[in-house]
Parts: sequence; structure tokens; C-alpha cells
Amino acid sequence: MNLDFLTPYGFWNPILWLLVIFVALLVAYLIWLRGNSRYKKGTEQTKPFLSGYAPESKEAMMVSASNIYWGFTSTLKGYYNFLRKMHTGDIRDYLGWYVGIVAIMLILYILWGGA
Amino acid sequence: MIWEFLANNSPALIIAIPLIAAFATSLISRVSTRARNIWVILALVLTEIFVIILLYQVFNFGTKVYVFGASSYNLTLPPDSGGIPIRIIFVVDAMSIFMAFTASTVALAGVIYSISCENEQTGQDKYYTLLLLMTVGMLGMMLTGDLFNFFVFLEINSLASAALVAYRVDRGIAVEAAFKYAIISSLGGLMVLFAIGILYGQYDALNMAMVAYRMQATGFSNLDKIAMALLTVTLAMKAGAIPMHFWVPDGYGKAPGAISAMLVTTTYASLYGLFRMCFTVFGLAANTVTLGWFLIILGVLSMFVGVTMALVQHDIKRLMAYHSVSQTGYMLLGVGVGLATLGTTAFNQYGLAAMEGGIFHLINNSMYKGLLFLTAGAIIYRIGTSDLDKMGGLGHSMKYTMIFFMIGALAIAGIPPFNGFASKLLIYESVYQFNPILSIIAMIVSILTLASFVKVFHSAFMGPKRYDVKEVPLPMLVGMGILTFFIILFGLFPNIAMQYLVTPAATALSDPVGYITRVLGGGSL
Repeated sequence: MNLDFLTPYGFWNPILWLLVIFVALLVAYLIWLRGNSRYKKGTEQTKPFLSGYAPESKEAMMVSASNIYWGFTSTLKGYYNFLRKMHTGDIRDYLGWYVGIVAIMLILYILWGGA
Repeated sequence: MIWEFLANNSPALIIAIPLIAAFATSLISRVSTRARNIWVILALVLTEIFVIILLYQVFNFGTKVYVFGASSYNLTLPPDSGGIPIRIIFVVDAMSIFMAFTASTVALAGVIYSISCENEQTGQDKYYTLLLLMTVGMLGMMLTGDLFNFFVFLEINSLASAALVAYRVDRGIAVEAAFKYAIISSLGGLMVLFAIGILYGQYDALNMAMVAYRMQATGFSNLDKIAMALLTVTLAMKAGAIPMHFWVPDGYGKAPGAISAMLVTTTYASLYGLFRMCFTVFGLAANTVTLGWFLIILGVLSMFVGVTMALVQHDIKRLMAYHSVSQTGYMLLGVGVGLATLGTTAFNQYGLAAMEGGIFHLINNSMYKGLLFLTAGAIIYRIGTSDLDKMGGLGHSMKYTMIFFMIGALAIAGIPPFNGFASKLLIYESVYQFNPILSIIAMIVSILTLASFVKVFHSAFMGPKRYDVKEVPLPMLVGMGILTFFIILFGLFPNIAMQYLVTPAATALSDPVGYITRVLGGGSL
């Protein structure tokens, strides 16, 4: 069976890709083997380091999901404000959008819908 | 002899088995819980077997018709019918059976998963009855060639789905989500029925092939345009396309894990309906460029708005629901490009490849999005919250769930060698030839998808151990494993999916004349 997956511009062979990745991982492993071997589990080395401060709680050790892309969402504040206004959670608004799209498509189909 | 009988009647059996099983579930529940569980799994295994038998038949012998109540199962135009296919006819082409295979596989994985996930809930007999009815609705929508029958299955599907969204009645918000879903579905169903009424009034037929044939013969009227607007917009809403997607995060977010996975294929039953209407029913008479651009615009909006909304969610299931909207956008984009180029030289150059990409993405997304919802369900099952802010460190104790999540997340982000990459590659390359900007948007959406799932992975599985929990039970892992198998199979060997499922489906969908000819026997009336 031909494993080449043909696309409009060329082909894709996942097995070949896996082989390349395997070789790359092997190289990475060999480099890792040459690294510092003084790592010891369960010692001070493995504790989280927060600029010298002791973590207050387990929760405080992680950036919470709500804050992970804070920079991205702050930059796009205007866009997100618009989206939040759109998502009211009110079923009447849901139906309003539907009726609006039906109306728009009706006009577009009447103008350009025929073959 | 018996095998021939079963094979010939497989379209009816695919519906009959889960339907009968659904109504018998409550009775068998009285015997024992174990018997009920075996019964439900057996019903869906049998359904899957008949889907595979039918898939084999369609792949080898072409589109299969099944006439209910006729003297012969393939007699679409009896001598005394006046040239009209009066009976309910299932028309199973490669697109229909492709969809049925997707839906039945996810349903089977979902029900195995539910055995453990729902074993401490009350009302399980109702849960499984509704789950089987939901499967009946989906499969019926995919196999039928009759407009009114399509509406009936759409309603079965909607009612069962809404009831299952509200399954955790102890949580008021689940009931609210189900109420919204029911309202949206009721209005949608009503509009579909209205549109079917318009078509029936004009063409005196409910069979899709007959309606398409007569529509082309008599010309495309303004009433047809009204019916087209109602059908396409309603089915786009049921498929969760933006800006009519609002019910998706509500419904998916509050349903039990396995039901969220099945809701993905439920929305794709509507997406299939949308494609079927655009290509088969209206494809010969309407302006396919307008219809194609309708799908493309909805697709681009869904992709971008869906993923950017997902990025800011901190409820794992709402986040995944927005991704579902976003991934539907890829399918709309791919198939939309195919529709916009239908009948031109561009169709053979890249339009068909775009359609193949969109259709391939449909089965891929059903598998990995189904898997992701099951992993989300597994997390909620163990720690009792869907809030990512309250999660962390689950990778220490839920290693298999974490591996399944990683596979699903990498697949949805289009990272090779998983299945999402293969279908996205087809979409990127073919859509680029149609309009490079659309392709670039699709790639940006993929990057944002990866960013979003990195967030989920970090929040749920990384970090210090916060919960003293253990791995989920075996049936839940088996359910996730079934979907993972297809993700890896279609990722490593995309040619298998392309050769046996996707290319025949895209070819069948883009050939409305072939569909009509198969039902009307050469179109001679």
C-alpha cells in the first residue's frame, strides 16, 4: 500500500515523519546523556523556586487558567468586549440572531440565489 | 440466505436495532443493571456491525436504496405509483454511510464510557433509552432520502439530546441549558417543517431526489429560495455555526461527558443535512456560488470567533464546546469551497480536494473532539469540578487520561502525525488556491487552538498534586481508547480513510445527478 498521502501541492508521509522524529529524539537523548548527572529527586533541587519566596499554597504555584493569556486578551480588549456583549446567555437574543441571519440570507438568495 | 437477507435489509436494521433496544431498555433494567448494560452495548455493537456491512456494500456496489413497505426493497418506482417515489426511501450513498460510521462509532465509545461514568446516577434506564434514541435520530437523518422523514429523525434527535443535556437535573443550570437547546431545536424544527411544506406544495413530493429533479425541470422560484433560506440557515444553526452557535457552549458544557461527545456527532448530523440540501436538493437549480460563499463565510466566522472565545474560557467543557464550533468552521470552509467551485474546472483542480479536506475533518473531529469530551468527563468524574482554575496536578494520578488528552489535544491542534493534521493539510493547500487569505486564517486558528489546549493541559495535568484521586475505571478508558485508535489510525494511514471513506463520500456528495438517477431510475418520469 502506498503510504504517501497526496495533497494538491505534494504529498505527506506520516511514517517518514515519525522516523525523522525518532532520529531527532534519539539525538536529543544522546545529548541529554552527556549532561550534568548530579540531579537528585526529593531534595531542594526539585522544589519550585519563586524568586526566593516560599510558595504560599499549591494553588499559588501555578498560573491559573483565567490568567494564562492575560496579555493576549488585554491587547484584544475591544474585540473581546464585543464578543462578551454578543454572548448574553439570553435565549431571546439567540433567536434574534437566527431570525436576523434568515432575513439576510433570504435577501441574498432572492438577489443571487438562482442559477 | 440469512446473510443476504440481513445485508439487503441493513439500512432498516441500522435504525430498527437501536430503536427497539431503546424501548426495551426500561424492561431489561428491571432484570438487572448488568443485563441492561450488556443489552445497550450489544445493541450498539450490532448497529456498528450493520453499518460496516452497509459501508462494504456501498463501497463495492455504489449507492444503495431501501424502500420501506415495497414488494422489493429496491423498488423505488412501483408500476402503479405514477412515476413518483411515494414510499419512504433510504438512500445510502458514500456520504451517508460515512456519516453513519462516524456517528455509530462515537455512540459505541460513548455508551461503553457511560457504563462506569454514570453508574452512580439515578435514572440510568432513561439515560440509556434516550442515548439510543439520540443514536436513532442521528442515523435516520443520515440515511433517509425523504424530506419529511428527515424532519422526523431531526425531532427525535433533538428531543433525546435536550433531555440528555438536562440529565443531571439536580444541577439547575443543566436544566436551563437543556431548555435553551429545546427552544432552539423546536424553532429550528418548525422552520424545517415549514420549508418542507413549501417544497411539498410546489413539487407534490417529499423524496429529495424527486424534489431536486422537479425543481430543476420547472425552474428555481422565489418560494424555493424561501425554503432554501429556512433550511440552510436552520441547519447551520443546528450545526453550531457562528453567529447562531450560542446554544453549543450551554448544551455541550452541561451535558454528561459521553453525551457531550455524542452531541458533536449530533451537530454533524445537521451539518450533513446542510450539505445534503446544498448539493443534492438545491444544487442543480440554485446558484452554488452563493451557497458556497454562505458556507465559507459561516466557516471563517466559526473558526475564528470559536477559537478566540475558547481561549478565554476557564470551564473545561465550555472551552471544548467553543473549539467544537471552531472546528466545524473548517468543515464549512472546505465543503463551501467545493460547492463554490462546483461545475467549474477549479473543482477538479482544488475544489474536490477542499471538500475531501472538510469531510475528512468531520470524521477526525468527531473522534478527537469526542475523545477530548470524554477526558473532560473523566476529570469531572474524579474531582467534581469543570473549573480549570481549580484543577492541577492530575497528571500525577490520572496518567492514562492525560495521555488520551494529549493525543486528542495534539490532533485538534493539527500536530502531525495525528489525524487532524492530514485533514487540515488538505484544507490549507486547497483553500489556498481558492483564496490565500482564507487559508492563512485557518492556519492562525490552528495555532490559537494549540495555545488553548496548552492552557488546558497546563491547568489540569501539570503542577503539584492537588487532588488525591486515582485513574478512572476501565470502561471509561476503553471508551476513550476506541476513539484514540481511530485518531492514530487515520493519522498514520490517512490513505485508508481517504480511499474507503472520504473520497467516495466527497465524490457522492458532489454528484447530485448520480443521486437522483439512482432513486428515479435514470430520471425518466
